[in-house]
Amino acid sequence: MSADAETGRGDRGDRRSRILGDLRGTRNIGIAVTSTVVFFVVVAVVIANSAGWPEVRKAFFDRKLFGDSFPEVGHAFLLNIRIFCIAEALILVFALAIAVLRGLPGPVLFPFRLLAVLYTDLFRGIPTILVIYILGFGAPALQLSGVPNSPLFWGVTALVLVYSAYVAEVYRAGIESVHPSQEAAARSLGLSRAQTLRYVIVPQAVRRVIPPLLNDFIGLQKDSALVALIGPIEAFRQSQIDVAATFNYTPYMATALLFILLTIPLARLTDWLIARDRRRQSAGGAR
Amino acid sequence: MRARATALKLEAVHKSFGSVEVLRGVDLEVGEHEVVCLIGASGSGKSTLLRCVNLLERIDAGRIFLHGEEITRRDVDVNAVRRRVGIVFQAFNLFPHMTVLRNVTLATSRVLHKPRAEAEAEATALLERFGLADKRAEYPDRLSGGQQQRVAIVRALAMQPELMLLDEVTSALDPELVAEVLNVIRELADGGMTMVIATHEMSFARDTANRVCFLDAGRILEQGPAEEIFTHPREPRTQQFLERIIAAGRL
Amino acid sequence: MRLKPILLLGATALLALVASGCGGGSKKSAAPKSSGCSVDQLNLVHKGQLTVGTDNPAFPPWFGGTPPKGSTWKVSDPNSGQGFESAVAYAVAGKLGFKKGDVHWVVVPFEQSFKPGSKSFDFDINQISYTPARAKSVDFSDSYYDVNQALIGLKGTPITSAKTSADVKKYKLGVQIGTTSYAYVTKNIKPSQQPSVYNTSSDVNSGLKAHQIDGIVVDLPTAFYITAVQIPQATIVGQFPTVGTPEHFGMVLAKGNSLTSCVDKALASLKSAGTIAKIQQEWLSNKASAPVLK
Ligand SMILES: Nc1ncnc2c1ncn2[C@@H]1O[C@H](COP(=O)(O)OP(=O)(O)OP(=O)(O)O)[C@@H](O)[C@H]1O
Ligand SMILES: [Mg+2]
Repeated sequence: MSADAETGRGDRGDRRSRILGDLRGTRNIGIAVTSTVVFFVVVAVVIANSAGWPEVRKAFFDRKLFGDSFPEVGHAFLLNIRIFCIAEALILVFALAIAVLRGLPGPVLFPFRLLAVLYTDLFRGIPTILVIYILGFGAPALQLSGVPNSPLFWGVTALVLVYSAYVAEVYRAGIESVHPSQEAAARSLGLSRAQTLRYVIVPQAVRRVIPPLLNDFIGLQKDSALVALIGPIEAFRQSQIDVAATFNYTPYMATALLFILLTIPLARLTDWLIARDRRRQSAGGAR
Repeated sequence: MRARATALKLEAVHKSFGSVEVLRGVDLEVGEHEVVCLIGASGSGKSTLLRCVNLLERIDAGRIFLHGEEITRRDVDVNAVRRRVGIVFQAFNLFPHMTVLRNVTLATSRVLHKPRAEAEAEATALLERFGLADKRAEYPDRLSGGQQQRVAIVRALAMQPELMLLDEVTSALDPELVAEVLNVIRELADGGMTMVIATHEMSFARDTANRVCFLDAGRILEQGPAEEIFTHPREPRTQQFLERIIAAGRL
Repeated sequence: MRLKPILLLGATALLALVASGCGGGSKKSAAPKSSGCSVDQLNLVHKGQLTVGTDNPAFPPWFGGTPPKGSTWKVSDPNSGQGFESAVAYAVAGKLGFKKGDVHWVVVPFEQSFKPGSKSFDFDINQISYTPARAKSVDFSDSYYDVNQALIGLKGTPITSAKTSADVKKYKLGVQIGTTSYAYVTKNIKPSQQPSVYNTSSDVNSGLKAHQIDGIVVDLPTAFYITAVQIPQATIVGQFPTVGTPEHFGMVLAKGNSLTSCVDKALASLKSAGTIAKIQQEWLSNKASAPVLK
């Protein structure tokens, strides 16, 4: 068989979601529902009967405080959304540039490859929180003219630098997983190296790396809270303020809920994209 | 035979991979509208030879001319040369993320800058000619091997090359699919396409080739009209090779 | 796909169940109230000793003394009895009947001071302001210090010429998380830019030094320490006037702790004897010198 077409083979037909397994028929669904309910009820009863529960409930699940802080935290969450939307867009482009740089051939371009390797090693090595501190407090203190000193700017920059290092590696794995014969085929048609990358290699690479890519983005969404360390009031910081004002942890639950609500659609989107791709490539031309 | 203009000329071409010398001074001339088949044992350098002509591999010594113009000079635009030379691979190498139509129009629209409508009309006409009109919206994975290889041939043809290089285009196919691809090649030969074909299909070579070249250990050991090579091989190595082929039932 | 809503329903049901505390569980009664305040009657974490919490590092002027070699305390040593809060803690301990050696200090980060469940300290003394909302989760002692907020800026920057609260509005201010300074800024100063909020006081200082903020809002005694020691290139622009009920620091105790009333009694007698005033004079005397931002 052609060496380049290993993807998708043997996966014809619709694959069921792994969570739901092979549930078919009302009987199985009935069993699944019953066992699910029983499981959760048992867990709930165990928790609710623990000695410390009343106190924990008051400290973490205060309904009134939840209602009070949710709008505030929700408003602050818009900042998180802004942070990672901007960061994600920049990362997608920047990381691809790094990955492509790393794959450039020839001895003349060695310095660029070296730079790309150093970059990925460095920024995957340093904890994100440190990069945020160092850039957030260090870079503006230099007082270079023309360089903004807004903590938001430096927070986003730090996230872009750190996550691009990861995403560049993901891209690189994707690019390397595309068989060299694909490049040969494209070049033999007269496409330039850049065109080959753009129309043949990168589209295939990106499709293959969407799941790990989105996984990194879920991590990024959560890490947007780290920007709070250098001042901006995003959801986590807002809930922290509310917690400090009330000495009650319920606002944290509001923040947790918001983050979950955001990640679930992204996870579902990943699944959907994978399924769609599989359908497209192996279930005929119909789109 | 009437003298033809020279389409392709190789002069003392050498190619090594590391310390292994794969081509050891190949001289070859291919006339306009001529069909030349390369035969030879596995590893004799057939694929390497074709890849060198397409400039997918850089040669170490010697020169290659395309219609009198040297294409192995350092300052030559390799992309421009490749536009003029089509190559079809054993493994098809279709782009799996594109429909058949996009596979065919990618180079015509991005390299030749044809308007989309024109590129698609031409591609559709070609696909129709090779019985693939109903597959234009399919993705390659949904096609049989024979269909995929025909698409690969159409993809190369769409560039209207001066020369086609075919590298064992049937060896990855199930036996019952070989014929459909060979018919396409015959049709091209009848249409006057200049072709260099590396193949193990000896009967096909006999039917279609104007000339057969026997490649052995990186050299063209013997060449001549198909009839002559197959019935009266002069070199002992050629005889050995053909005997093995006959024993394997491939001639 | 059809099953997803059911799963979701299950999860929601669980959340609801947990949140509403199904199955109840009887409310754990707080430690028994006793009216006596002699050492053996006190409700203590460790019998016979008073365990006092504060954060590490403990900063002047609230704490003083140099930590001895090998000590885990940074910047100041609470065991020294030096610094305002250390001195108050020892005075209260003395009134309750403890010898100096019976007082043990433990590190309690701010967020730990109000976590549910058993506490590692008898009381926590860490510049924590009383608010009615906070008092729903923990016990507060009566005031041991009435606090004013102050403004710090880098010398020579525009903010240092501010004369009134209104002058400060247009600047980017920074505060430490957990302080009532944030509430003061948002409720009373109402600046045009959202204030920056940092995890620690050193992060706030870094923010000022990095010009990410124009000014720090912090309680006045801390402001004196910051400008004298931590950021010498900064200056106190002024102190803010009290708005509404004066803000005060109280010691934090477990909710419903019988010890609270004993601490209050001790504080009351220390106040009427003038001891607290004397301690304040000793450690926080320079308060008068900051101009008030009307
Ligand atoms: N990229 C490469 N790097 C190193 N060695 C190579 C490379 N490509 C080909 N070779 C070697 O060159 C020799 C000739 O290979 P080539 O593919 O040209 O032979 P072939 O005649 O096409 O054989 P086959 O009939 O099996 O296709 C082989 O020994 C092969 O291992
Ligand atoms: Mg070959």
